[in-house]
Amino acid sequence: MAFEGLADRLQNTLKKIRGKGKVSEADVKEMMREVRLALLEADVNFKVVKDFIKRVTERAVGQEVLSSLTPGQQVVKVVHDELTSLMGGEQSKIAVSNRPPTIIMMVGLQGAGKTTMSGKLANHLRKRHNRKPLLVAADIYRPAAINQLETLGKQLDIPVFSLGDKVSPVEIARQAIMKAKEDHNDYVIIDTAGRLHIDEELMDELSQVKEMANPHEIFLVVDAMTGQDAVNVAQSFNEQLALTGAILTKLDGDTRGGAALSIKAVTGLPIKFVGMGEKMDALEPFHPDRMASRILGMGDVLTLIEKAQTSVDEEKAKELEKKMRDMSFTFDDFLEQMGQVKKLGPLDELLGMLPGAAKMKGLKNIQIDEKQLSHVEAIIQSMTKHEREQPEIINASRRKRIAKGSGRTVQEVNRLIKQFEDMKKMMKQMAGMTKGKKKGFKLPFM
Amino acid sequence: MSFLKKLKEKFTTQSDSVTEKFKSGLSKTRNSFASKVNDLMKRYRKVDEEFFEELEEILISSDVGVHTVMDLIDELKDVARSRNIQDTNELKSAISEKLAEMLHKDDQDGHLNMQESGMTVILFVGVNGVGKTTSIGKLAYRFKNEGKKVLLAAGDTFRAGAIEQLEVWGERAGVDVIKHQQGSDPAAVIYDSVKAAKSRNVDVLLCDTAGRLQNKVNLMKELEKIKRVIEREVPGAPHEVLLVVDATTGQNAMSQAKIFGESTDVSGLILTKLDGTAKGGIVLAIRHELDIPVKFVGLGEKIDDLEPFDPDKFVYGLFAGLEEEAE
Repeated sequence: MAFEGLADRLQNTLKKIRGKGKVSEADVKEMMREVRLALLEADVNFKVVKDFIKRVTERAVGQEVLSSLTPGQQVVKVVHDELTSLMGGEQSKIAVSNRPPTIIMMVGLQGAGKTTMSGKLANHLRKRHNRKPLLVAADIYRPAAINQLETLGKQLDIPVFSLGDKVSPVEIARQAIMKAKEDHNDYVIIDTAGRLHIDEELMDELSQVKEMANPHEIFLVVDAMTGQDAVNVAQSFNEQLALTGAILTKLDGDTRGGAALSIKAVTGLPIKFVGMGEKMDALEPFHPDRMASRILGMGDVLTLIEKAQTSVDEEKAKELEKKMRDMSFTFDDFLEQMGQVKKLGPLDELLGMLPGAAKMKGLKNIQIDEKQLSHVEAIIQSMTKHEREQPEIINASRRKRIAKGSGRTVQEVNRLIKQFEDMKKMMKQMAGMTKGKKKGFKLPFM
Repeated sequence: MSFLKKLKEKFTTQSDSVTEKFKSGLSKTRNSFASKVNDLMKRYRKVDEEFFEELEEILISSDVGVHTVMDLIDELKDVARSRNIQDTNELKSAISEKLAEMLHKDDQDGHLNMQESGMTVILFVGVNGVGKTTSIGKLAYRFKNEGKKVLLAAGDTFRAGAIEQLEVWGERAGVDVIKHQQGSDPAAVIYDSVKAAKSRNVDVLLCDTAGRLQNKVNLMKELEKIKRVIEREVPGAPHEVLLVVDATTGQNAMSQAKIFGESTDVSGLILTKLDGTAKGGIVLAIRHELDIPVKFVGLGEKIDDLEPFDPDKFVYGLFAGLEEEAE
């Protein structure tokens, strides 16, 4: 791919300023150039990018660099936080009218995925909210659009209202709502024809449908792959119809999906759902944090950073560093370290969160055996307190006892003790290397 | 004579309807692009760093893509330096010249590899919702009008209503459709269609496929299988594999062109919905970064609104208003 993750790229730019305690204005500027490129490559509208960069620059200048993070990561974190907050919280609620039926109108460009999304939404309402939706086929223009909705309805066993393609959408909507009242359907989902936002005639038609149906929700369905024009599309539809939310489709592709940010920034509309596949249940609520990571093209590194921040106790880390240096690192410390790594989550998941890890040689098909870790834990827990503090005293008979106690073999116990001694030696070397530089502590496992 | 004037002369003397179609189809693109460039020229008399920066933004806002824009701006800077251009108005012609140059990589544009004798098989691929079926309908109509015998293969067996949609287009164009049921094996449909096309002595077989996102490995494999079936049944076929791309798509179009290209040897692009977008700049990026010719562009919703792509006409359509206003 032409682009690599923002995190990687920032790290490259930042090699020269690594180790700084504070980020200077010039540093930030240089980094912001990278951020700008990343956002533009993700199809975020350039005006939105401009405003965004301005705001983030202000926030990033003079920020204390957290000791556990490099300045690059710190900037990424600021950028990520801003992106996440800009995109708003999770808002997958759908209006409920106190006088049913609640009416939902689906609008958008051709090929955005309105019909499929109508089906998914109906399925969601019935499954998750125990509702009785009625689908309305009001796309009288595209050949076989009505047929498509009817087929989906049959698959889902949800009723579809249609009057063929010779009746106006306004009339279809009117009769559909009457029918819904008769049949006690509490939701009506109107699937409208795709149209260009610049097509005045068809946009007027939508306004008429809206006037007639008086919908509680009007969702703009947007293809996640949309480019710079997403802003104009969202703006035009919003001005004409006063939308209540947006739905992003085809997000299961490899697009970075900057359109999400553009739409949100320009219209302020909440993004309610995202389409994640072709199956009828492939509908998910919108997660601003995940979207931010995706736009920045950096896997889920921030989740990882945050996890590390919260799970690694600063005080304990310092104490450990000291222990490493004077070789007083014990099996107890080892156990504690393992506990901290475990707190971060399953190891293969952790690897997945590292940007580029998927591409790294050797790491590609790695299978981390979580069992191995629990075996190690069991072995250590079978040692006496004295043994853990002074591993040198563990002789052959003690090894046998430990093996029995932990249910492992003596060989495994031997291997662990050997590894532990090696690690201690390595730590001594590492500690010697970084002595005086006051470098942040790194976990021996990572 | 400036480059644009040359183009203008060429097309005004021709006065053909296709140029008009490009002009009106691209009016939205032109209005925003040309008026933005015009506005820029008015505000900046001198060619300087800030001027280029704003030009860069205008290009990016047309979905041209960061990399291509940077290359283009660098080239323009070189031109300005070597020709010692200081007045922004003088640079205008250089801009359109560079854009046309970028599009003019080879003369495969707008030209399909049609077989003189025997059947021509064309396979259509692309992501969901780009307008594959619609494009096939329009092309069928076009070939039919050229006096060719056309057959359509309803290879999208996945999406609800896709087969019916192709049938409606077949009716409109007066062309037969070979189909199975929804959910059946698309390779089998294509196999039957090739057989039928052979026995009916058809000139052109247009094969529809289901839309798929390019990162779905299994679905891409399915597409490879469909292509293999065609290869096996008709030596030298498919004669064209056309990737249909929605003109509103942003940078993901690059990924589409790349991955579809790898698995099916895409031979050309059809750019749809070009009339509705202020963009279409992605054509430049695709031409610049991946060497795939653009065969057809969709300039409207009518059955005859699919036109062979002509880089000169495209650039002229893009700049027509610009030059006139400047004079």
